[in-house]
Amino acid sequence: MSYHMTPSQTVGPYLHIGLDWLNATDLAPAGVAGERIVIQGRLLDADGAVVPDGMIEIWQANSHGKYAHTEDTRALPLDAGFSGFGRTPTDADGGFRFSTIKPGAVPAANGQLQAPHILVNIFARGLLKQLVTRIYFAGDNHASDPVMQQIPAARRATLIAMPVSGQSGVMEWNIVLNGDVNETVFFDL
Amino acid sequence: MSNQNFYSKPTPGSQPEYLSPAYASTVKRSPSQSLILLPQSLSEMTGPVFGHDRVKESDHDLTRQHAGEPLGERIIVTGRVLDEDGRPVPHTLLEVWQANAAGRYQHKRDTHDAPLDPNFTGAGRALTDADGNYRFLTIRPGAYPWRNHANAWRPAHIHFSLFGNAFATRLVTQMYFPGDPLLAFDPIYNTVPDEQARQRMISKFELELTEPEYALGYRFDIVLRGRSATPMEK
Repeated sequence: MSYHMTPSQTVGPYLHIGLDWLNATDLAPAGVAGERIVIQGRLLDADGAVVPDGMIEIWQANSHGKYAHTEDTRALPLDAGFSGFGRTPTDADGGFRFSTIKPGAVPAANGQLQAPHILVNIFARGLLKQLVTRIYFAGDNHASDPVMQQIPAARRATLIAMPVSGQSGVMEWNIVLNGDVNETVFFDL
Repeated sequence: MSNQNFYSKPTPGSQPEYLSPAYASTVKRSPSQSLILLPQSLSEMTGPVFGHDRVKESDHDLTRQHAGEPLGERIIVTGRVLDEDGRPVPHTLLEVWQANAAGRYQHKRDTHDAPLDPNFTGAGRALTDADGNYRFLTIRPGAYPWRNHANAWRPAHIHFSLFGNAFATRLVTQMYFPGDPLLAFDPIYNTVPDEQARQRMISKFELELTEPEYALGYRFDIVLRGRSATPMEK
């Protein structure tokens, strides 16, 4: 490799100026196949204070486990109108919310199926490079997931979206940037 | 599947650490626990794609978004988006945002006592062409004070956001200007440990890029993560 990657820098507090145009919180218009879900949560710092100037991006497969990207050459159906990309700034309460469909399972590099998951990039003032994490879903079998297996058992729950009682399809998943037992698992990608 | 070309790790020293206490906002927002190694799969090796249905040709021009022309020194910012093997990254989205010539952002949270410019929003977008080239027309942003420490000033910069070909290649950075005396004092710029890596964030003035009687030209090439031929897993 003769070139070296350009360094990352923070999005800073004024990210909205340049990035709000691409906000997408309703990923699955009518007609897209799959189980309708809402993922909502808050972005929190080391003091448990809300982060009102962050941005969350998600990337996911469709309900068949197919990514809308040329690298995914498997013979699985694509859904018209479903790109799998979402972006939202956090609100004044650190909150974010995506309406989407639950992704299908996607294989790991060795062909073994991973549990259904959504990829997440987190940006904010104070983050010099994005934090990478994943959302998994309560009720799925995570025991054989090759990524979950790399995470100490006590920390795995930080990646699992939990159903909100009384609200069909709504799941809560919070991001704790820094904490003791509740610090969200972040990845070295 | 053992011979996939995984995205390689950045060169040591070329990227900032999350916890960089000189930049005060990192202290409560950086993880305290070690990152977990994420084996790359289709999930990370795919990513969103944006095309001309979303990005108009005129989106690259930040000087023609209002009734009048913004105040300030017109500049052309152009360059190539490459991977670490020097291959162009074609048809990929760049998003930029910046302060106006007085060092003020068009943003409700920016309370700096410098004038807003009704003719400048400070946001632009472009797609690279087949050879990875992009071009913006804008005005040179001003430096501005911030409250990180006593008498703290950010060097003039333009924020850049890029996607590349995969989730793994996502990059947000800042472009700086050559010869800016504030760079030496800037905690954010100096969070990058390696001096040569820091200098890759500084654009180059090139007389050949200027448009006579109109605008100065700066080159800013951006390198995204490349793919190694060596599998990263056992």
